[in-house]
Amino acid sequence: MSILEVRDLAIHIRAARPVDGVSFDIAAGECFTLLGESGCGKSMTALGLMRLLPAAAQVVSGSVSFEGTDLLALPESHMRDIRGGGIGMIFQEPATSLNPVLTVGRQIVEALQLHAGLRGAAARARAAELLDLVGIPDPLRRLDEFPFQLSGGLRQRVMIACALAGSPRLLIADEPTTALDVTIQAQVLDLLDELRHKQDMALLLITHDLGVVARMADRIGVMYAGQLVEEAPRAAFFAQAAHPYSVRLFAALPDAERRGGRLATIPGSVPAAEVRHAGCRFADRCSEVMAECRSAPPPWREIAGGQRVRCFLPGAAPAVAAGVGAGDTAAHAETRPLLSVRDLQVHFPIRRGLLQRAVGAVRAVDGMSLQLMPGRTLALVGESGCGKTTAGKAMLQLIRPTAGSVQLDGVELTTRSTHELRPLRAKMQMVFQDPFASLNPRLRIGDIIVEGMQALGGGKVGAGGTAAKVGPLLEQVGLRAEMASRYPHEFSGGQRQRIAIARALAVHPQLLICDEPTSALDVSVQAQILNLLSDLQRDLKLAYLFITHNIAVVDYLAHEVAVMYLGRVVEYGSADEVLPSPRHPYTKALLAAVPRIDGAQSEVPKLAGDMPSPANPPSGCHFHPRCPLADDACRQSYPAETRFGATQLVRCFKAG
Amino acid sequence: MNGMALQPVVLWSDALLFVLIAAIVALVFWARRQDALRAAWGRVLKDTMAMAAATVLAVFVLIGLLDSLHYRARLPAQPGAEARYAVEVLSALDALLSDLRQRSEKTYSAPLATHLFAREALENSTQREFPRLKHGGAHLGADLAGHEFDIAVRVSRGCAGGLVIWLLLVSAWCRWRGVAVVEMLKVGVGGPAIRAVLLTLLPILLLFGIAIAVGGGYHVFGTDKVGQDVLYLSLKSIRTGLLIGTLTTLVMLPLAVLLGILAGYVGGWVDDLIQYLYTTLSSIPGVLLIAAAVLMMQVVIDTHPDWFATAAERADARLLALCLILGMTSWTGVARLLRGETLKLRELEFVQAAQAFGVGRFAIMHRHILPNLMHIVLIALVMDFSGLVLAEAVLSYVGVGVDPSTISFGTMINTARMELAREPMVWWSLAAAFSFMFALVLAANLFADAVRDAFDPRASA
Repeated sequence: MSILEVRDLAIHIRAARPVDGVSFDIAAGECFTLLGESGCGKSMTALGLMRLLPAAAQVVSGSVSFEGTDLLALPESHMRDIRGGGIGMIFQEPATSLNPVLTVGRQIVEALQLHAGLRGAAARARAAELLDLVGIPDPLRRLDEFPFQLSGGLRQRVMIACALAGSPRLLIADEPTTALDVTIQAQVLDLLDELRHKQDMALLLITHDLGVVARMADRIGVMYAGQLVEEAPRAAFFAQAAHPYSVRLFAALPDAERRGGRLATIPGSVPAAEVRHAGCRFADRCSEVMAECRSAPPPWREIAGGQRVRCFLPGAAPAVAAGVGAGDTAAHAETRPLLSVRDLQVHFPIRRGLLQRAVGAVRAVDGMSLQLMPGRTLALVGESGCGKTTAGKAMLQLIRPTAGSVQLDGVELTTRSTHELRPLRAKMQMVFQDPFASLNPRLRIGDIIVEGMQALGGGKVGAGGTAAKVGPLLEQVGLRAEMASRYPHEFSGGQRQRIAIARALAVHPQLLICDEPTSALDVSVQAQILNLLSDLQRDLKLAYLFITHNIAVVDYLAHEVAVMYLGRVVEYGSADEVLPSPRHPYTKALLAAVPRIDGAQSEVPKLAGDMPSPANPPSGCHFHPRCPLADDACRQSYPAETRFGATQLVRCFKAG
Repeated sequence: MNGMALQPVVLWSDALLFVLIAAIVALVFWARRQDALRAAWGRVLKDTMAMAAATVLAVFVLIGLLDSLHYRARLPAQPGAEARYAVEVLSALDALLSDLRQRSEKTYSAPLATHLFAREALENSTQREFPRLKHGGAHLGADLAGHEFDIAVRVSRGCAGGLVIWLLLVSAWCRWRGVAVVEMLKVGVGGPAIRAVLLTLLPILLLFGIAIAVGGGYHVFGTDKVGQDVLYLSLKSIRTGLLIGTLTTLVMLPLAVLLGILAGYVGGWVDDLIQYLYTTLSSIPGVLLIAAAVLMMQVVIDTHPDWFATAAERADARLLALCLILGMTSWTGVARLLRGETLKLRELEFVQAAQAFGVGRFAIMHRHILPNLMHIVLIALVMDFSGLVLAEAVLSYVGVGVDPSTISFGTMINTARMELAREPMVWWSLAAAFSFMFALVLAANLFADAVRDAFDPRASA
């Protein structure tokens, strides 16, 4: 018996058709996931169900039936009872979905007043129960706190508590863990799963992450360009995805087995919502495309066991063969490190009072040491707020370190003035996380790329000389030379990231610090960028310092790994040693928290709680408050380095 | 030696105004080659409301420009003597309106009146009568019964004239574009914006026609205390308002942009200093600060009469000084806005990428920060214009504005304020100043709104 039936839902925004005929059912207590890359219409579908579409968008056809009621025909006043009462919704960004000026209690009580008719002390007691239900410790105290006093994971739990206030039969979760760290993501996913079973609540989960799908879904709908292209139960989907698009999503995932090989990429990008399609929407990007694909839209075809697919191919789509790889891209002959960091510290003073005296310091980076050989990749891994990005910027001297030494090719950087640093800047460059913020929207691509050459060439290079170099650079990163005269807004996220890489390459660096360069990109585009990075490493003998929280990318790309916790490196070693046999409890928990696409759950206990504030780190081992193994020794002193194997260095008393 | 019939005089404010116009023209040509700017201005050009407002603004600017072509007329030649020029500095607008300017009455008279507003003892009578005006309705002679009919005839003549000129304009435009007039009016060839311009021109031309036809025999807006025609005063006030609005922004903008960006980007003690400066400035009551500065400047001007050849030059210097003072005191708001935006931009990754290349501070501010602030600067500029026109009126009303001999909306209101208490009330000076200012400021605000919408990145995305 399905609780929600969506039939041929179509949503238009003027000429664009972001949702173009979507049908699916959700049974009570079932978890249905909508999977797809950005721009496929997943969120628009969810907003359409709730009738929360932006003003310009309208539902032009289709029906949405919730427990037998046609939602699209309801008057707005009744719809308000459904929202929150029948269907709850949680959003991606916990930082902005709670009202910052109201206490947590007020916000939950508001939902309780509307949907449960509770008032006063009864409402407050129920709110405390709800907070307890979503696993927030000390709920009575938390009721009177404001959202800013809570961490991201706690905020998302409060959001879930708000959504549960009306005892909804269906919960729509739009990328509920995308903004969270893996360890927190694991907690929130566990919570959602537990609540679903306890309350027999259906869950519509929207995500782009195959790992999350494998962890959560009962059934999966793959969306592409406004339509569902495949629908399948979880087991069947992960055993054998049927649609060529689904197959490619799997093939684009980086992991250790694909190391040295090329990731499969999907050529081109998701077609714009304005495009009208005569045939299959995926035809232009599909390598199995046939003549009939272009002439008529493929009908639904049942395969077996409830798996259906919209594709003309008989049977399931063939697996994508991994391309010939760059091989092992690491250079081995070198013995002198390119980058050598010793006891690096970056402290930001906390100023208080009238005279702005420093009363303490945020120890963003608190004594880290590492070495990077030429032509190799070192991954710096950790949760957000552990100081990864600050460390990267301090190495480039974009933020001046408080103490410690950074040597590039044997030259000390920290003691040099800004002016003296300039000639050295050509050797080290940075690629940033957000491709939309890292290019000046008012400059042409050519000017953006030339800027570094001019700044470092002291302006001696003639205009013709530099312009001539832009073309080959763009071609090197897989773009066309004539794109130099365009502006950044004309490019997609992946193309912008290529431009950012070209800009860094323009000055012939030996070291590239990549700060989460793929975290803002879709999986298929991420695969393109990772392929490009490994090609460049092989061709140019570049060394990468790869800052990331994505363990799969580390597995695929890194030669060495440094795991950071609260400003310090807690485990360091070659990827071959650290990733298969992590020794530090934090590394173990971090690796265990990553949702795996085989759906297997690890036995390592999940991390409880959040990372402490770097302004006030715990005594002794920073990790002891969250560590299952901690004892008195851990609380008293910070552990020294212990060496295991050839390269593995661990800072833990209990490691062994 | 035979001199010219007139001697051109270029006042400082005229020169600045023409430089400004030249700069705007140059900017337009530059903007046509910038894709993003051209697209944004293209949206303004397609907006009917913006184009209607721009038409009204253009009429005001035209009047202001005519009033900025100054000259001194040659006095009647004395045989054998060198050519001599009048002390009085006139403008092209004065020449066009010489009738209005010269036909002054003794004192107040109501709009379209034939008699003065106040009774006076006549010379050969003991009774106090309303004396006839010297010019208003003088052509009627003793036959006052035809007064209203005469006005009606003049109004319809003016309307007809305005309509004819408008039709000529429209047909000239249609001929140039090669379309039939009827078709043009029906479907609006050239887009709704062109039609909006033409439709706005129609009431403007009708009003001009009526003003010319009626103004030939009467005082359309009456006369003021010393008998000057109020319509003439209103038209002369336009230049003052425009100058205050534009020149002040010109003084203010470099200060605001430079200090705002410096405070936001450099930070540290520079930021502290600039913030200290603008919090101090903006915590002194604005009128008080301006009054103090204006009074000091007045003393300087009064103690150096030798600096100025004519009274017009002195009044002009005072106007410029007022712009300078207003500019020096009103940059704080925009600077604060720009500082905040710079703080945001400074943390963006493209700025950090430039820092990673070792690009210098000023190069980053110039290449990366300033271009991304231009939309705010532009919006602030257009929005401030109307505020400054109003500020001039307030300051002149308080008595610290322009020179009393300079005609401005503020001085008009100031001289009229006492008469508001009179019964019956003298309302026309105020009403005229009010309607002209209202039209100017409303047009500027509507135009600013459209510009802001066109440059809003969220709307254009």
